[in-house]
Amino acid sequence: MANQQVDQGKRRFLIAATTAAGGAAAAAVAVPLVMSMMPSERAKAAGAPVEQDISKIEPGAMITVEWRGNPVWIINRTQEMNGMLTKLDDKLSDPLLEVTAQQPDYCKNATRSIKPNLMVMVGICTHLGCSPSPKLQAGNDMGADWPGGFYCPCHGSKFDLAGRVFKGSPAPINLVVPPHKYLSDTLLLIGQDDKGVA
Amino acid sequence: MEKYLTGLLGWVDERFPLTANWKAHLSEYYAPKNFNFWYYFGSLAMLVLVLQIVTGIFLTMHYKPDAELAFASVEYIMRDVSWGWLIRYMHSTGSSMFFVVVYLHMLRGMLYGSYRNPRELLWLFGVGIFLCLMGEAFFGYLLPWGQMSYWGAQVIINLFTSIPFIGPDISLWVRGDYTVSDATLNRFFAFHVAALPLVLLGLVAAHIVALHEVGSNNPDGIEIKKNKDPVTHIPLDGIPFHPYYTVKDIVGVAVFLIVFSAILFFAPEMGGYFLEANNFIPADSLKTPPHIAPVWYFTPYYSILRAVPPILNSQFPGVAAMGLSVMVFALLPWLDRSPVKSIRYRGNQYKVWLALFVISFLVLGYLGTEPTNIWGQFSGSWAEHLDIKERATWAARLFTLVYFLFFALMPWYSKIDKTKPVPERVTG
Repeated sequence: MANQQVDQGKRRFLIAATTAAGGAAAAAVAVPLVMSMMPSERAKAAGAPVEQDISKIEPGAMITVEWRGNPVWIINRTQEMNGMLTKLDDKLSDPLLEVTAQQPDYCKNATRSIKPNLMVMVGICTHLGCSPSPKLQAGNDMGADWPGGFYCPCHGSKFDLAGRVFKGSPAPINLVVPPHKYLSDTLLLIGQDDKGVA
Repeated sequence: MEKYLTGLLGWVDERFPLTANWKAHLSEYYAPKNFNFWYYFGSLAMLVLVLQIVTGIFLTMHYKPDAELAFASVEYIMRDVSWGWLIRYMHSTGSSMFFVVVYLHMLRGMLYGSYRNPRELLWLFGVGIFLCLMGEAFFGYLLPWGQMSYWGAQVIINLFTSIPFIGPDISLWVRGDYTVSDATLNRFFAFHVAALPLVLLGLVAAHIVALHEVGSNNPDGIEIKKNKDPVTHIPLDGIPFHPYYTVKDIVGVAVFLIVFSAILFFAPEMGGYFLEANNFIPADSLKTPPHIAPVWYFTPYYSILRAVPPILNSQFPGVAAMGLSVMVFALLPWLDRSPVKSIRYRGNQYKVWLALFVISFLVLGYLGTEPTNIWGQFSGSWAEHLDIKERATWAARLFTLVYFLFFALMPWYSKIDKTKPVPERVTG
């Protein structure tokens, strides 16, 4: 025994194999720890669609509804507001709504809405997630040539009344229109459309 | 009595290197004899660390990390817990003072070239501590669950969303929910009180071990180990840390505590800079406050984020610039090619660049606390000139450029700069 030569190759192999096996075990244990930080089943279940009565929104007014913890704005645009939307194309980053993820197909139109006057969108800036402030009226503190829309207080992004982003804003894309549908003339369902639940 | 104590010490020393460590790190750790004002901030950072840990422990005894209860539990600490207001204000003032002390400590390193060979690792541990501290401040700021807590966390977590491809999944993983919510608050509490403090303490230990291995730098940037007494092998320009610098540091501590108490008792909110007004409103996930800004110590980087315009419909460049503005400090040991360490023997080029950097840091810091239209607007139709509308945004872009040029051009200007001859021994 004492005279036996140490087999260095075998020793190195065993060290490497033990290290690899231990490393793999440590990595395997890390998986459940890391995965435990993903949204829980309860958090996933909390995102159910929301119903809202829209008959009481005055023309030119806006209400905010909570859906999945985010504000969803419903704006009852007046004729003048809708008229303004068509005059802004050259000032907008994406007037043709080419980024498809920002609205469902049935809202890829001039007013980004199902009913021309009723605008439904998620009130979260596409830049870094602040909620822009409504500056619905033309003019006001935004300057004489402000057409009406939204101003994000965090980083200064500006959007029109269809949630389309103005050129030069830090926000890369338009505000998101959530899936929605009308259950009746006065009842809106947010978070679900004819294709199913979002 | 003394006989028994000596006997006890001997008993301990046979089992644990108590005297050996005392000598190695205090009574026979030789520090340069020419330390000046700038050398207070390391020990002060240590003091604030202890203060934060102790006050933090007592705050956790009353705080509730639950979205329904958190805001009220902080107000409960402020109003109903005996001396709770004092402990809470010590903790909140402590966080701002931590950054004051650490920024001055880092500037000291830049003035005297303390990151240069052989102190690169020491510097890297320091950068690690700085990152850890930023994490602590960020996670801790969510805990009061006020409006600024909520929207600050929302913006910072959304920074990750802009990382190409994996971004959205990362921010979902960090939040643990589709918005900042109870799950987010609960895990931030875990990071703030357990995970990061452990990492921080480990890094501080490594920082000190590395420091005591290579020895302290000094305002002359000379290695005192090059001139040792031939018999005792003690550096000729070194003095034992204890009692000389322990006593000096106690003076620093006394002055610091006067300033700290003045803030604590007379201006704990510091006019909205240490505790922001909007954070006294409970978090509301549907409404962003009209003006949001991070706490002052993050505003230089926040300004850089705001200054970089989106490129190719992505805000990632701004996020990357902000990340780089923090991480770039780690590169200093390799960017600096000057033959001398200390600013005392450097030429005008480095002095001017460092001054420009400090000015940029301060101006960016100021701009980050204010809305982007603080300096008014350029005239002209708003939409056509939207991206040059705000004067402050352009100022921020200019100073962002200077901030990065300080680092990017350093390999050149530090090399060609005209230096003065470095003396053989420290100049006191």
